[in-house]
Amino acid sequence: MARKLPKVDIVIVGMGWTGGIAARVLGPTGLKIAVLERGGPRSTPEDFSVPSIRDELRFAQRHDLMMDTAKDTFTVRNTTAEEALPMRRLGSFLPGEGVGGSGVHWNGQTWRWDDTDLKIRSNYIAAHGKAYIPTDMPLRDWGVSYADLEPYYDRFEYVAGVSGKAGNLLGKIVPGGNPFEAPRARDYPLPPLTDNYANKLFAAAAGELGYHPFSRATANASRPYTNPDGMQLGQCQYCGFCERFGCESNAKGSPHITVIPVALKNANVELRTWSWVQKVMLDSSGKKAVGVAYVNVQTGEELEQPADLVILCAYGLSNVHLLLLSGIGKPYDPKTGKGVIGSHYAYQGGAGATFFFEDKAFNPFISTGGLGSAIDDFHANSAFDRGPLGFVGGFTVAQGSSNGRPISYRPTPPGTPRWGSDWKRATAKGYQTALSIGAAASSMPDRGNYLSLDPTYRNRFGQPLMRMTFDFKDNDARMARHAGEIITRIGKAMGPTQMGQAGGRDSWSVVPYQSTHNTGGAIMGTDPKLSAVNGWMQSWDVQNVFVLGASAFPHNSAYNPTGPVAALAYRSAEAIRDRYLKTPELLS
Amino acid sequence: MAERKVGRRAFLLTAGAVGAATGQAAVQAQADPATTAVPKAPPPPSPGYVFLKPAEAAFVEAVCDHMIPTDELTASGVDLGVAVFVDRALASGWGRGDRLYLQGPWKTGTPNQGYQLAMTPAELYRAGIAQANAWCRKTHGKAFDRLSADQKEAFLQALSRGAVELPGGLPSRPFFDVIYQTVMEGMFADPVYGGNRDKAAWKMLGFPGVMANNAANIRTYNDGRRFPARPVSIADMS
Repeated sequence: MARKLPKVDIVIVGMGWTGGIAARVLGPTGLKIAVLERGGPRSTPEDFSVPSIRDELRFAQRHDLMMDTAKDTFTVRNTTAEEALPMRRLGSFLPGEGVGGSGVHWNGQTWRWDDTDLKIRSNYIAAHGKAYIPTDMPLRDWGVSYADLEPYYDRFEYVAGVSGKAGNLLGKIVPGGNPFEAPRARDYPLPPLTDNYANKLFAAAAGELGYHPFSRATANASRPYTNPDGMQLGQCQYCGFCERFGCESNAKGSPHITVIPVALKNANVELRTWSWVQKVMLDSSGKKAVGVAYVNVQTGEELEQPADLVILCAYGLSNVHLLLLSGIGKPYDPKTGKGVIGSHYAYQGGAGATFFFEDKAFNPFISTGGLGSAIDDFHANSAFDRGPLGFVGGFTVAQGSSNGRPISYRPTPPGTPRWGSDWKRATAKGYQTALSIGAAASSMPDRGNYLSLDPTYRNRFGQPLMRMTFDFKDNDARMARHAGEIITRIGKAMGPTQMGQAGGRDSWSVVPYQSTHNTGGAIMGTDPKLSAVNGWMQSWDVQNVFVLGASAFPHNSAYNPTGPVAALAYRSAEAIRDRYLKTPELLS
Repeated sequence: MAERKVGRRAFLLTAGAVGAATGQAAVQAQADPATTAVPKAPPPPSPGYVFLKPAEAAFVEAVCDHMIPTDELTASGVDLGVAVFVDRALASGWGRGDRLYLQGPWKTGTPNQGYQLAMTPAELYRAGIAQANAWCRKTHGKAFDRLSADQKEAFLQALSRGAVELPGGLPSRPFFDVIYQTVMEGMFADPVYGGNRDKAAWKMLGFPGVMANNAANIRTYNDGRRFPARPVSIADMS
């Protein structure tokens, strides 16, 4: 029998970027707020100090900061014809766990998704006609516009200390930035990072070919920085231990050094770590949440936390899992196409190639998370005609290796043996002379790609694992092919001594790391029959539940997701504070 | 015998690392302690093994030395401590199945679904070595560590393709994968875990290790010039 705790006003599930943002915005209301985080506490001095944090084996190989798959994981399969089996260890993607969530181990790349993505269905119908969109691709507009999000993108960039260069200031194209970005009200808070040699070669070659290279924006502070909340960030040291690690210099914009400590200054905000939420509890009507049920992981005790308002801020996939476990919204059925929860699961496509330059040394270890030179000519560039190529979506192309950590980073030319003296020679040479170019491609929804509860496998608390049914489709293959051609063209223009072969992704495998950009499953929209939440991230079905995170994305862009994850969270939290709390009903 | 060999090598290498700039100087210092001006801590004892049994140790050492032979770039895998790394990794939480979802039912699945065996890395290593040696004995009349270099090469190549039918029915590809993963980790991980002795693999690459304040370096080494790395490990900074 679960022990029932005294009621709070608001319970927030998860303390990463979205939970931290929600607690930061709602803390000053004075309402009693409990934040339940399933993992443990984290602090820079205790968890990310040098030299221990610079341990590739512990953090990059053994995933010390990530979700523990022995406790909870996903089952995976490519199609419904297969039986889903557990992802027994991490590979393809790396959700975080503990205070700060994935926001402590991310690289920092921050993009503003604009109407290219937010109005994607309307755009394609206008440009190519309805028949251009494949029948199995339930493309959707998001129900918000770039103009709605611009102030919140700005807010996040200034909170997280994003380094970058504006490309479009109030409609004026600014040299050095991304000329295809949507208009911004002001520049980034910090100047761009220093390009390394590989970035410069890429930018020169891309520019000669008529593309528009820029230093991409990232939450790695190019200078010491104090954010609007007075939180201090150090200067990035280009140490090459960024993604999969925490930053000892506090130079990476992360929730545990920005929004979370500010939120916790409010005595009415209480953070409970090791608190594993199992479901949202509903009243007998099934239309109203009355709180959450959770387990104190350290004692095993089952608890109930009553609350007037529940805000789900777990990793996007875990938000969907909680909705399915709680019976909120109608689960998606791929046979009929009916139902919403679990639909529109999307991932990340792309292509990449490695080129070798015998006469150059790239010093790959002098680098940082989001450092890179990129082009956006094949994504937000509306003049790029997809018609002849036959795909929906786009891709960015970049030179941006974030590190030279030697367990995982050992590029060698094709045909190199995997061991022995010849392998060593090629490894020693390739380490300094290799340069990779990658394309990140958007990922469109498909009727066959979805999330559901697994009928067989269970987590440590006896609950069904979430089942992921996903594969790349023809649209992804067409995009990867074209991205490969662009990569080859730029690579060739750089004059390597050995060309690389651009390869895309065929069938999705859970084994090699690809991207922690898992989107969809509880999508936003304007039609309750076609979406899980409205534009304010509010559940259509249970209106005192809000669901913040990439779970709300109706498709995945070529851009990294944290920008809109944070912007939508700010916008939702402000709407809760300014409107919902005064009149707790469906926000319009 | 295997242990004794490792012990002597470890002694020399460790003495080199602790005491002086070169192995030669270290050996001289050890030979005549009276000439040493500054008192030195005694070298650590032979590392020994905490997980591997004798035949397993022989297998692992043979794999390490075959995959990482002595040449102009580094000492051999065993001399780099890679076998010790493997032993410690298998004895560690990771080897015993930390972070591995080990609930049934057990199905083979597709390659895209990843690892689906009911064994921890340590169990997989143990079962794999026994079956690999049984296969080698049946085919060549001797255990893996006694095969010729060509025979070892052919066996490891076949194992890496999943093409060896191991007598106990263990699929050969996941066994190869755990061997390859741990040998590479042992060579390139921080020396604090027992491999990559004297940061030899980092020196081979020019990887500077854990000391990396590069805010100035990124401006200086920005034209194709090679950064002169003097690798620093966790122990060096602790």
